[in-house]
Amino acid sequence: MQDAPQNAFKEEAYELLSELEDSLLELEEQPDDHDTVSKVFRAMHTIKGSGAMFGFTTISEFTHEVETVFDLVRNGELPVSKQLVDLSLKARDHILSLLDCEAEEQEQYAAQGAELVVRFQALAGGVSAPAEVVATTIVEVQKDAHKDDATTYRIRFRPARDIMHNGTSIAQLLDELAELGTCRTIAHKTNIRALDELDPEGCYASWDIILTSDCGEDAIRDVFIFVEDDCELIIKAIDIGDDDDGMDRKRLGDILIERGEISQAEIDEVLAKNKRIGDLLVEAQLVSRDQVDSALLEQQEIRKLKEKKKEKSQSASSLRVPADKLDDLVNLVGEMVTVKSRLSQVANLSHDAELLSIAEEVERLTEDLRDSTLNIRMLPIGSTFSKFKRLVRDISADLGKEVELKTTGADTELDKTVIEQLNDPLIHIIRNSMDHGIEMPDDRVAAGKSRSGQVHLSAQHSGDSVIIKITDDGKGMDSEVIRQKAISKGIIGADEQLTHNDILNLVFAPGFSTAQQVTGLSGRGVGMDVVKRAIESLRGSITLESEKGQGSVVSLRIPLTLAIIESLLVQIGDGRYVLPLSTVEECVELTAKDIRDAHGRNLARVRGHLIPYVPLREEFAIDGKLPTVQQIVITQINGQQLGFVVDNVIGEHQTVIKSLGPMYRDVQCVSGATILGDGSVALILDIVYLMQKASEDGRMQRVENE
Amino acid sequence: MAAEDLEQMNQYLTFKLDEEVFALEIAKVREVLDFTDVTKVPQTPNFMRGVINLRGSVVPVVDMRIKFSMSEAEATVNTCIIIAEVIMDGEPSVLGALVDSVQEVLELDPDQIEPPPRIGTKLDTEFIRGMGKHNDDFIIILDINRVFSADEISLIQQNSDAAEA
Repeated sequence: MQDAPQNAFKEEAYELLSELEDSLLELEEQPDDHDTVSKVFRAMHTIKGSGAMFGFTTISEFTHEVETVFDLVRNGELPVSKQLVDLSLKARDHILSLLDCEAEEQEQYAAQGAELVVRFQALAGGVSAPAEVVATTIVEVQKDAHKDDATTYRIRFRPARDIMHNGTSIAQLLDELAELGTCRTIAHKTNIRALDELDPEGCYASWDIILTSDCGEDAIRDVFIFVEDDCELIIKAIDIGDDDDGMDRKRLGDILIERGEISQAEIDEVLAKNKRIGDLLVEAQLVSRDQVDSALLEQQEIRKLKEKKKEKSQSASSLRVPADKLDDLVNLVGEMVTVKSRLSQVANLSHDAELLSIAEEVERLTEDLRDSTLNIRMLPIGSTFSKFKRLVRDISADLGKEVELKTTGADTELDKTVIEQLNDPLIHIIRNSMDHGIEMPDDRVAAGKSRSGQVHLSAQHSGDSVIIKITDDGKGMDSEVIRQKAISKGIIGADEQLTHNDILNLVFAPGFSTAQQVTGLSGRGVGMDVVKRAIESLRGSITLESEKGQGSVVSLRIPLTLAIIESLLVQIGDGRYVLPLSTVEECVELTAKDIRDAHGRNLARVRGHLIPYVPLREEFAIDGKLPTVQQIVITQINGQQLGFVVDNVIGEHQTVIKSLGPMYRDVQCVSGATILGDGSVALILDIVYLMQKASEDGRMQRVENE
Repeated sequence: MAAEDLEQMNQYLTFKLDEEVFALEIAKVREVLDFTDVTKVPQTPNFMRGVINLRGSVVPVVDMRIKFSMSEAEATVNTCIIIAEVIMDGEPSVLGALVDSVQEVLELDPDQIEPPPRIGTKLDTEFIRGMGKHNDDFIIILDINRVFSADEISLIQQNSDAAEA
């Protein structure tokens, strides 16, 4: 049993570690990005600091070593190399395993840790200690809280020679300024005369003040109000510029490196010979040392501000809430929705105008409440995507392939539970793409493709679903190979005629694995059928497209949320059922005459098209008298249309999905239940399963032959 | 507290199916409901009567008569649903048992309970925890977790599926 603060540390550390991983991978792509280096450093530093505070000494000591190396990187004394990133990723994994294990078990990781430390030290070796910082005459007054709308001002205050004659205290003025915000002051002393010419009461110095404050320029002027006439005062707000500023502007050196005309090391060498611009200007006696210091101070202050601004925009203003509290909230909202429909029903029956208006208001509020509550649980899918970067990096190293992972739509939002349950299927699909899809680099070149393969992961909204696509530009799937395999496995008969798509879909059949040999990654027979089931348990669907030699696309369609759906309420006999509204296309009538005309085939003619239907009464073995006119609810999933015959369509309904529990886990035609306004239970039909079953029963085939 | 626990351990809720009296440990029983409409889930065996709404949760109901291979009976005013907590698949879960009538809460000391007989009952002895003796009558004390073990249910389901096919 661990204490709460220690758990809090762990939670924070896990988050920092995943951030660290992202930053490291980013760093590998852009080794010169100073911001990323700082991010890595900060993460390490925080882990070290809080680790020590909460008694995780092993972690803290280990992290210290890594931090030391990144300090060198941050100071530009050590270049970012692949070696460094590799090592740091290993270090990150090591910290993770230290975090995961109990204190007693940490021993077993000690050797691994020591080895990493030695390698880090070797990497850092040869680099001299950082140069000592030159002390300057800086008056630094820190006032906490940089307010959001703080502005930085450059104040140049050059008092008249005789300012002190009337009793003005410059020290007091500066103190007053310091109270307005964060203030850094530098004095210019170049004008001070030799002692024999010096007026002891005269003021020869002038000051540059960098003030960051949220009070306006007027407040600053007020400080100088009594001396205004006796001095030269310039107050200028400094524009710290946009954050993106400078990202697009490339430095000359970077461009040259990119063009391959010079290496980073060569540039560093040349730059080392060069003196800094400030030193050069002072040497040329164009400006004084004080003026340079003042300018440097301004630069520092702006950099600090920018960093702050960035941090602020990253952390926005967010709140950390345990996930189960949110789940409780969603449950409560679910009950609220149920009560709401009950209220509406009672109000409608009562014909009481006042009650009706209250019920309407409650209905509107509940809907808003539902939407915002479900919104809280929405997370950008990007958090999962970034995990895959590491996965792809590791797998490509294992396979000896060169694979690049591209992601788009990382900010697409999905329910938290859906994202969690998507993780494993996505890993499986990506592994499959890399293992079976992408060819070895040499084979790719031979096939006229680029050496490194691409796996593209994209997410986008589409109505009340999210479509996730995993595209690779590998060798694609050979439908003939799949066919032969399916025949040899007894999944299909040798003379069965199948379309290209049908053959591809055989990959989802249980016990099918396309790999010629079993590798450590995929092809163990628990292949795509497991993925398919996982996606279907999320009420989603999966499709596959592939062109031999061109690569494959796996598309997943996932509903936004699992908790509450819009649906269509229907009645069969005494029972009521709901169909997800997203799958429903239209409702048409089915009369006794239509049935006679169809000659026993379950086909309905809708505007000239024949649509197969399933009489749910028969399917569910429900007795009772048939109404004279039945309704067909026509649904569509992935381009396949199927009608469901019901007695009566009641209308739209907000369905709070409830599980049927372990006792009904083997029931496939119903995916859950919901409670209606009158307190009775309605069952949610699993359209995907029913459609699949209908096609197995041959209903779908029949229409294709028409 | 401990004494109370002990007392609870010895208390049983008795109910009737046909002419036979059964008992459940009171600690497992959450409440007793009057018979309400049960929503049948399609394509499930007969003993699974369906689901009911228990204050916003969907709770499955099992017809104990059919479960124990007795003849089906019409619901009467006495028909009840006993809401019990059972362990299914290693997880606690709530379930309703449809019975003919609920009798009383009984106290039975451990020495009043005999091990289940090997022969002579219509029931599978696996479901029986023991036979309680009360006023010269024998009460069948059920092992509720065994009755509703998910393995058992899926087994029956497979059988009924096979029978249907």
